[in-house]
Amino acid sequence: MFENLSDKLERAFKLVKGKGKITEINVAETLKEVRRALLEADVNYKVAKQFTDTVKEKALGQQVLTAVSPGQLMVKVVRDELALLMGSSASEVNLQGQPAVLLMAGLQGSGKTTLSAKLANYVKQKKGRNPLLVACDVYRPAAIDQLKTLGEQLEVEVYSEEGVKDPVAIARHAVDHAKKQGCQVVIVDTAGRLAIDEEMMHEISALKGALQPTEILFVVDAMTGQDAVNTASVFNEKLDFDGVVLTKMDGDTRGGAALSIKAVVNKPIKFIGTGEKPDALDVFHPERMADRILGMGDIVSLVEKAQEQIDEKEAAALQKKIAKNKFDFNDFLSQLQQIKKMGNIKDLVGMIPGVGKQIKDMDIDNDSFKGIEAIIRSMTPEERNNPSLLAGNRRKRLASGSGTDIQQVNKLIKQFEDMRKMMKSFSSGKAQRMMQQMQRTRR
Amino acid sequence: MALFGLFKKESKQQLDKGLSATRENLFSRVARAVVGKSKVDEEVLDSLEEILLSSDVGVPTTLRIIERLQERVSRDKFVGTTELNRLLKEEVAGLMADSGNGQEDGTMPMPYVILVVGVNGTGKTTTIGKLAYRFSKEGRTVLLGAADTFRAAAVDQLKIWGERTGVPVVHQGMGADPASVAFDTVKSGVAQGSEVIIIDTAGRLHNKANLMDELAKIRRVIGKVIPEAPHEVLLVLDASTGQNALEQARQFISATEVNALALTKLDGTAKGGVVIGISDQFKVPVHYIGVGEKMEDLQVFHAADFVDALFAEPGKSMTNK
Ligand SMILES: Nc1nc2c(ncn2[C@@H]2O[C@H](COP(=O)(O)OP(=O)(O)OP(=O)(O)O)[C@@H](O)[C@H]2O)c(=O)[nH]1
Ligand SMILES: [Mg+2]
Repeated sequence: MFENLSDKLERAFKLVKGKGKITEINVAETLKEVRRALLEADVNYKVAKQFTDTVKEKALGQQVLTAVSPGQLMVKVVRDELALLMGSSASEVNLQGQPAVLLMAGLQGSGKTTLSAKLANYVKQKKGRNPLLVACDVYRPAAIDQLKTLGEQLEVEVYSEEGVKDPVAIARHAVDHAKKQGCQVVIVDTAGRLAIDEEMMHEISALKGALQPTEILFVVDAMTGQDAVNTASVFNEKLDFDGVVLTKMDGDTRGGAALSIKAVVNKPIKFIGTGEKPDALDVFHPERMADRILGMGDIVSLVEKAQEQIDEKEAAALQKKIAKNKFDFNDFLSQLQQIKKMGNIKDLVGMIPGVGKQIKDMDIDNDSFKGIEAIIRSMTPEERNNPSLLAGNRRKRLASGSGTDIQQVNKLIKQFEDMRKMMKSFSSGKAQRMMQQMQRTRR
Repeated sequence: MALFGLFKKESKQQLDKGLSATRENLFSRVARAVVGKSKVDEEVLDSLEEILLSSDVGVPTTLRIIERLQERVSRDKFVGTTELNRLLKEEVAGLMADSGNGQEDGTMPMPYVILVVGVNGTGKTTTIGKLAYRFSKEGRTVLLGAADTFRAAAVDQLKIWGERTGVPVVHQGMGADPASVAFDTVKSGVAQGSEVIIIDTAGRLHNKANLMDELAKIRRVIGKVIPEAPHEVLLVLDASTGQNALEQARQFISATEVNALALTKLDGTAKGGVVIGISDQFKVPVHYIGVGEKMEDLQVFHAADFVDALFAEPGKSMTNK
């Protein structure tokens, strides 16, 4: 499978280790990797180029925090920019109108019929409105039957006209029918069409003209490659659609088409399809999409949280202490607090690349550190500063004071000593390593 | 070509039209930069890269093609426009598996069983309709099996194709066990003496293990009727799909031993360049291309023509050959 982008960036930055700033030289190699990752995710060639240019501008001169590596910081710049381009999250579908008319448009096989059914289900279940499905794909064999079957399953009425080959007439009649029947939302399924098929593009324009839809949704397969740009821009020129729906997101595609489309037509992505069942419809999360395109775990969130929470000076002081083997229980406690501030322990540890998988099935919660904390809090200030004071009697006192037992106290002290040794061996005590270490201490 | 006759001229032009819409500038840029030079310069590499990457060829395959071209140019020296076109064609075609299939020399076993697989909406059922039309036009008896019992109205869709092409369809209705439909189809095909049996299956995403297992089971069940069958496992890929098609190929190959590809929707603006890498990496040939929604819109794949269309200058591609 794909190599993680953050791993690649780490590699690209190996050469320039120790540099405190992102410079022209160390950025070039990185951007190459970013561009390649984007291309492998099917972001359009030109869009990827533009994108890396923008990132370069934004990255140059950024100060690298000691808590994160330059590679990680670059990932963050890239990801922020990507999320920004991807737009704001969850713009709702407009259901105003008597009735509201939703018109589907897209290539063959993009998933319009399935989406129509999902929208009907959504409108009915989540919005409490009465939808009407309209079968305007008069070309593909059994397309009408397909919609009818789905309508039956959902108990949603389907309007169709047997033998009629004029989608505009069918759609018009359907809206009249909806008014009579008191259906508040009319969902019009249409035939798939190629952007270069002039006759068919004319037909969908005519549908738009006749229906004056509340929303036109451009339905696109998330696996689409470079052509997404052509198709989206032609459909947009002809229809000026209101939103995009990405289908088949339950696959393992990186989904770069989302970025390409966003870049060329700048319309919101309103939903994603995540399965074949009628309820497999989700709102769109730009940040998640950004991460998916880049093919990485949540390293970015980790960096972000570290930036928020770790005081740079404090971190530097701590590193000195570690180097001198002076790391004590006070430091340990304050590290614990910091980690807890950063959020859910399991999530945090899971974000570390390479650690995620093993951690996933483990049972960790924020209470895991409770016993450890209680023991440390039972120590006197001298004991915290100088762990070597902790002999037999004192340990007994700690156990009863913290409501734990002597085994737990012994274990903690042993692990603390081990940890201290290990930490010393890290030349640069990185936040993530410490967290890994603490994970082990807990067990 | 014994089976399907010659590449239809008007369809070829149709294909070129789609593929070459934005090619003119790129190609002349490439030509200008390479002609009369013994070394491929930066400009030509950039243009070439742009052509290939924006045709979904993908980064690794693009780099490979460029590398091969560089070697050739430095060896052959002073390349002209015609040679450049030829070189590119040769290099790309060289990456693609030989598309020769057993059908061409008339040694097709009987019945010849084709199992059609792919992700949702790529054009499996339509391709089956087109194949049914082609084979019956060749005077062969065909039988279709409706083993997509999952997607709404999938059986009806195949039945309509059966009616259109005058080919019988074995079906057990919606919700039936697909393996059982496949078994039935092959059995009755053998009994009826059908020459070609084609089984439709439900579209499925390749990362869904249970659905891929189901497909493997369909394959096994067919083998219980005829040990060598299915003779052809045809993976249908949509030309508009990007790099994910590689993963599709990998998974479908491992579940069902795919040995042929069909590339559909080449009548659009998508180039389908990802098949070059697929064919190269997995050594599976492209057998057919789909160039429309009608039953005649199926062609036998030729790497040279495909590449031609990829790089074609408008109006010149036919004469360049
Ligand atoms: N333009 C064009 N459209 C095609 C081509 N092949 C198939 N289609 C269309 O693509 C859509 C999906 O085709 P189907 O044959 O139903 O695809 P499928 O793979 O069987 O779909 P599922 O069974 O739902 O997974 C239909 O509208 C077809 O008419 C082609 O070569 N060119
Ligand atoms: Mg089908």
